[in-house]
Amino acid sequence: MKKLGVFVCWCGSNIASSVDVDQTVAGALKLDGVVHAENYMYMCSDPGQQKVKDAIQEKNLDGVVVACCSPSMHENTFRKAAGSVGLNPYLLEIANIREHCSWVHANNKPVATAKAISIIEGALDKVKQNLPLETITLDLTKRVCVVGGGIAGIMSALDLADAGYDVAIIEKEPAIGGHVSQISTTFPYFQNVPELLQKKIAEVEAHPRINLYLNAEVDELEGYVGNFKVTIQTKPAFVDTATCTNCGKCLDVCPVLVPDEFNRGLTKRGAIFRYNQSNESQLPVIMQGDCLHFSEEESGTGEKCSLCVDACTENAIDLSVIRFLQEELVGAIVMATGYDLYSPTNLPEYGGGQIPDVIDGLAFERLLDPKGPTAGKIFRPSDGQVPKIIVFIQCAGSRDPERHKAYCSRACCMYTAKQARLYKQQVGDGTAYISYIDIRSDSRDFEEFVQQGMEEENLVYVRGRVAKVFAEGSVLKVYTADTLSGRQLEIEADLVVLAMAMEPKNGVHELAKKMNVTIDGDGFFSEAHIKLYPVESTTKGVYLAGCGQSPKDITDTVSQALATAGKIQTMFSNDTLLADPLVAEVKEDVCSGCGICVDICPYGARVMDDFKRISAVNQAVCQGCGACIAACPNKACELINSTSRQFIRVIDDFAHKTQVI
Amino acid sequence: MGDVLNLNVNESVDRTIAAEPVIGPCAFGNLEELESVPLDRRVMVIGGGICGITAAIDLGNAGYQVVMVDRLPSIGGRMLQLSETFPTLDCAQCTLTPRTVETGQHPKVTLKMNCEVEKLDGGPGDFKVLIRQKITYVDWNKCTGCGTCIQKCPTKSAAMFERDAGLMTAIYTLSPQAVPNKPVIDADRCRYLTKGKCGVCAKVCPVGAIDYEQKESLFEVNVGAIIVATGFDVYDWKNKMPELGGGKIPDVIDGLTFERYLSASGPSAGAMVRPSDGVEPKEIVFIQCVGSRNPEYHKSYCSRVCCMYTAKHARLYKHKVRDGQVYIFYIDIRSTGKGYEQFIQQSVSEEGIIYIRGRAAKLYEENGKVMVQGADTLTGRKVEIAADLVVLAAALVPNEGALELAEILGLTCNKDGFFVEEDYKLSSIETERQGIYIAGCCQGIKDIADTSAQGSAAASKVQVFLSSIRRQKQNVV
Amino acid sequence: MKYPYFPGCTLYTKAKKLDEAGRECSRRLGFELDELPDWTCCGATFPLVNDYHIAMSGPTRILADTKDQGGDKLVTLCSVCFNVLKRTNYVMRTDEERRAKITDFIERDYHGETEVMHYLQVLRDDIGFDQLKEKVGKPLEGLKVACYYGCLLLRPVKEIGLDNMENPTIFEDFVRALGAEPVEFPFKIECCGAFQTVHSMDVATRCSRNILNSARNSGADLVITTCPLCQFNLDDRQPEILKSEPDFATIPVVYFTQLLALALEMSAADLGFERNLIDPLPVLQAKGVVGD
Repeated sequence: MKKLGVFVCWCGSNIASSVDVDQTVAGALKLDGVVHAENYMYMCSDPGQQKVKDAIQEKNLDGVVVACCSPSMHENTFRKAAGSVGLNPYLLEIANIREHCSWVHANNKPVATAKAISIIEGALDKVKQNLPLETITLDLTKRVCVVGGGIAGIMSALDLADAGYDVAIIEKEPAIGGHVSQISTTFPYFQNVPELLQKKIAEVEAHPRINLYLNAEVDELEGYVGNFKVTIQTKPAFVDTATCTNCGKCLDVCPVLVPDEFNRGLTKRGAIFRYNQSNESQLPVIMQGDCLHFSEEESGTGEKCSLCVDACTENAIDLSVIRFLQEELVGAIVMATGYDLYSPTNLPEYGGGQIPDVIDGLAFERLLDPKGPTAGKIFRPSDGQVPKIIVFIQCAGSRDPERHKAYCSRACCMYTAKQARLYKQQVGDGTAYISYIDIRSDSRDFEEFVQQGMEEENLVYVRGRVAKVFAEGSVLKVYTADTLSGRQLEIEADLVVLAMAMEPKNGVHELAKKMNVTIDGDGFFSEAHIKLYPVESTTKGVYLAGCGQSPKDITDTVSQALATAGKIQTMFSNDTLLADPLVAEVKEDVCSGCGICVDICPYGARVMDDFKRISAVNQAVCQGCGACIAACPNKACELINSTSRQFIRVIDDFAHKTQVI
Repeated sequence: MGDVLNLNVNESVDRTIAAEPVIGPCAFGNLEELESVPLDRRVMVIGGGICGITAAIDLGNAGYQVVMVDRLPSIGGRMLQLSETFPTLDCAQCTLTPRTVETGQHPKVTLKMNCEVEKLDGGPGDFKVLIRQKITYVDWNKCTGCGTCIQKCPTKSAAMFERDAGLMTAIYTLSPQAVPNKPVIDADRCRYLTKGKCGVCAKVCPVGAIDYEQKESLFEVNVGAIIVATGFDVYDWKNKMPELGGGKIPDVIDGLTFERYLSASGPSAGAMVRPSDGVEPKEIVFIQCVGSRNPEYHKSYCSRVCCMYTAKHARLYKHKVRDGQVYIFYIDIRSTGKGYEQFIQQSVSEEGIIYIRGRAAKLYEENGKVMVQGADTLTGRKVEIAADLVVLAAALVPNEGALELAEILGLTCNKDGFFVEEDYKLSSIETERQGIYIAGCCQGIKDIADTSAQGSAAASKVQVFLSSIRRQKQNVV
Repeated sequence: MKYPYFPGCTLYTKAKKLDEAGRECSRRLGFELDELPDWTCCGATFPLVNDYHIAMSGPTRILADTKDQGGDKLVTLCSVCFNVLKRTNYVMRTDEERRAKITDFIERDYHGETEVMHYLQVLRDDIGFDQLKEKVGKPLEGLKVACYYGCLLLRPVKEIGLDNMENPTIFEDFVRALGAEPVEFPFKIECCGAFQTVHSMDVATRCSRNILNSARNSGADLVITTCPLCQFNLDDRQPEILKSEPDFATIPVVYFTQLLALALEMSAADLGFERNLIDPLPVLQAKGVVGD
């Protein structure tokens, strides 16, 4: 026989003004099993909670209903209070008589009161069938995997490693640093980035707690928060980092010539190359897809090229190395995969991909880099001449919902202003036109930066979208409009720089699937809540930072990266993880093993038990959303403490009540 | 101060009906819990807005004892004054209140309200902070938050929380859902304290918590690290920009005040009314960049969030007044966050909001309307609009006292009073003083999402710093 | 194969040759253009004014007539008619409120059942350019053709959807099927000035001059078009261009159906080239496309 207690809150006058709280208590006492009922002005307050605790102890209650506001406000509060005096927290339910009653029946006290009692009765019937539950304890591996070795990955990893945790950074390219290593000077203070970045990279490389995987990608992810197993596939670079002396002889002999991605196609490289040519300490690597040795091997024709092997005096090159897999066991993952620039070939009206003197923003950065292909001098790619007129086109592919990306890429206005200012500082008699729609210079000191550009470097901002760019001989004709003067403009330019849209890295869809992380319509990782949980994904244990979540500049990327490190340190401050036990469970004798629930589950919490040939629930991952319960055709699935039977009782309570007392 | 508002609203309407629940007291009495842990487990967070709250919860969950200091009677900061947030139009209270409740109830967080930082001694890992607790005239150790005093207080005058648009009692909580939900008395508005008359609150208080003789107190807190998250305020356009009416035209208000009007728990219970006569405005003009992007006379910087919140205001207004017309004067529209661009586009295409590219130069009253003189740079013509209501997106500035706090803590401020970080790019949270971190709008105006992230970032830096101290003590690398 | 056919007003008058060549070519290619009885003017872009529903009644009636006569496709030759009919159809298919208003007014039952096609679409999608190539008796070898699309044939892309609006290829593929060589030039989709030619002739003249110069500078012998208004601006206004620019080198502009007719071995004498202000015959003869 249950001994139940009912506590009715006035919620100040939130409830008490529409519901007769005394009558409610009286009505509750009449209900089956209720041995205690009282009301109080603020049940959630300390004295209110004390009343609940006292009653539980004095009357040996084995079930409690608190009739108050929404459970999302204070369910935890009351459950903790109950737990503190020995009542299993899951034997306490909230009857929402505020949002579900007093707030919507403010003008009809009798009806509201009767309804409040019904709601309480329903909650009591649920409690009667509740099972006492323990929170699920999960093991926690206090190690982290950071996917992406750009500035976000680097900063997050450093904080975590400094805090004493092991970190594995998985980087797709042969070197870490990401797109920031292609930039030489930043806005708004014209800071020397390579110095800053090199320091951080050196810290990462030297850090005893950081394990760096280069040329590597995630092959598979298994497990759940606190207990992930990441399988990492490393592509061979074919150059032994231990024996290579970086003499560079191999680079000279390679017969292959392909566009160099790091230099955005401005230069060519061989199949064996230094990924970042401006970093002389980087060792060469071989890109298998470009290497003749492998293509000849495949086609079975002729001698397999091994010029580099022959040229190497240290025997550092071994073309027989194959891909290999490694595993890391971690408790948390940070997705810091960054961005790619939307390809200029998508804008044929600008000659993108066709006209050599139409380049994207990152290519222009390479021109600006003192260690870059032109030693920091701005030259036209086509003929090496110094451009006297440059047109920078902002919003190339962004803010274009009809045909390209609807979103704004956030950093372009500032980097375009920076690029234009640097150009003018170098070519004093040159002219820089910037075609824009809105100038987005919103962070601290950004506005002043742009204004200075206009006043000191005489940047010419033209408000209007460029319609067309085409080549006429060696001149680029830029057709645009100046909406402020209402005129069409034709500019004869020497160079056109496109601030192309920032999009998620190539391959993000497959990666997101592997990592079980949600992405939005544009391919960016979805955060749990844009305001309150901006760095947490919808998957527990997976955090997001940087441009993989949405385009942003370095400052905001680093803030997010540090935030992920903070969140993970918080998670790791305990030795175990607690998971809510209100999860799904399978009625084994009813389950037919159809597997519909496995596909339906958005969290990957449902698996097939191959031995028993039925479905099973990974209770650590299950969020209790109920999708599998609805999907199961055999009713083999139930939510613990929210079973169909419980709810049918609750509905019965409502259905058999009269409206007015 | 200011005109007392006559909204034609039934005075007996209790604000608490439309609002969120009233929360009971939480752990703020003493410092025993703080002092029970070693210094490398103690953190002070100065500022109880969304930034400080995020940091405090992160640190509390990580096992650190946090003492949160705020000069106001309750936490929540500016977000409490908002009605909905962009770009999702979620109710601000619904997203914030669970966090304020969590903070208030957190076993590891101690709240010290109505406090100011007076002095700082010591160094990284061992800061001695002298805190001055202002006089509130209410003994919070006795107060149960029953609210009787507020109900009985006969004084109702213009309130700061309501941006002078609504009335509050002299003994008040900032809002019905205040955490902690304990009142304070505004000495300037209290009849007893100014004229020696009344004293009703003392008479009705069931636990005798009113203490008219209360004195200021000073106490010291010893912590390992400090996070400064003091937030922002609105530029004093009323005094600094006479061309916009100098604060004398009642139907010219700023964005934050408009938020109060929009809010269901605000001075008009969410009804769209003009301050002057309580009539529903049919034509509203929003003016962006008021005091911002104005290096000659006001602030040279951009206040970053105004373009988005103005579009939000315009849309919320249109939802309430379907046949209303909105004009927005702008220079550049800054909508760079996730989903922000689409939000602005929808405002134009679906809500019929008219954007005019140009600055508004002058506002004056005529025949009950506010005349707005501006320019439309895209047609090259002058524009004059007779508006029912004008809302100014005024510049946002660091909260009052930032400069003094900087001096006390040994930090630098830039020309506009924002705290300066160690490196703008790679560490916008660290300062030149090890162990002291800055986050949120006090470092530079930003929206809630970026503020949240910075709060968590500051929590990360604190954890790294303090854990390194711990490991050093244990001789562990 | 019979296609309901909407010629439109101008094809009965100024652009007669676009129509006649089109009909004759269709016969030679094995399909028939069956003129819609009792058709009315499409409105020539006026119906697309956003808030004037009555103007859309005309085009809607044309579409409804097609449907009622058992046709599911309506073919046009004029770019303007094509644009008006296609976009009216889009409204019928996607905007329930306007559809109801307009069909109620004209007392017809129509839900966008008819498919509006341009003649070029028939060639590309129903006949196929490969088939067309086989039927070409006289490949126009050596002839360099600048394909001028104009605006209305392609835009707005969501409603028209004929081809990629920045980089279309349908016209060039057509020219290749005829054995001629299409010439790429940057102004192939720029506006000719359209109705500006009536009240701001200098605007139309300037636009047309840019297009023609671009075509010629890219090596074209002549320009083809499918729109009577474009043809007017590009051809008839060349004397105006010469007035302000005596050095301007003229270039002939013909309808694509006339070129198709030549390829299908119709006699040049029947194609009405005498109505062109800039005579195309000299260049056609020089290239051996037309005998002396």
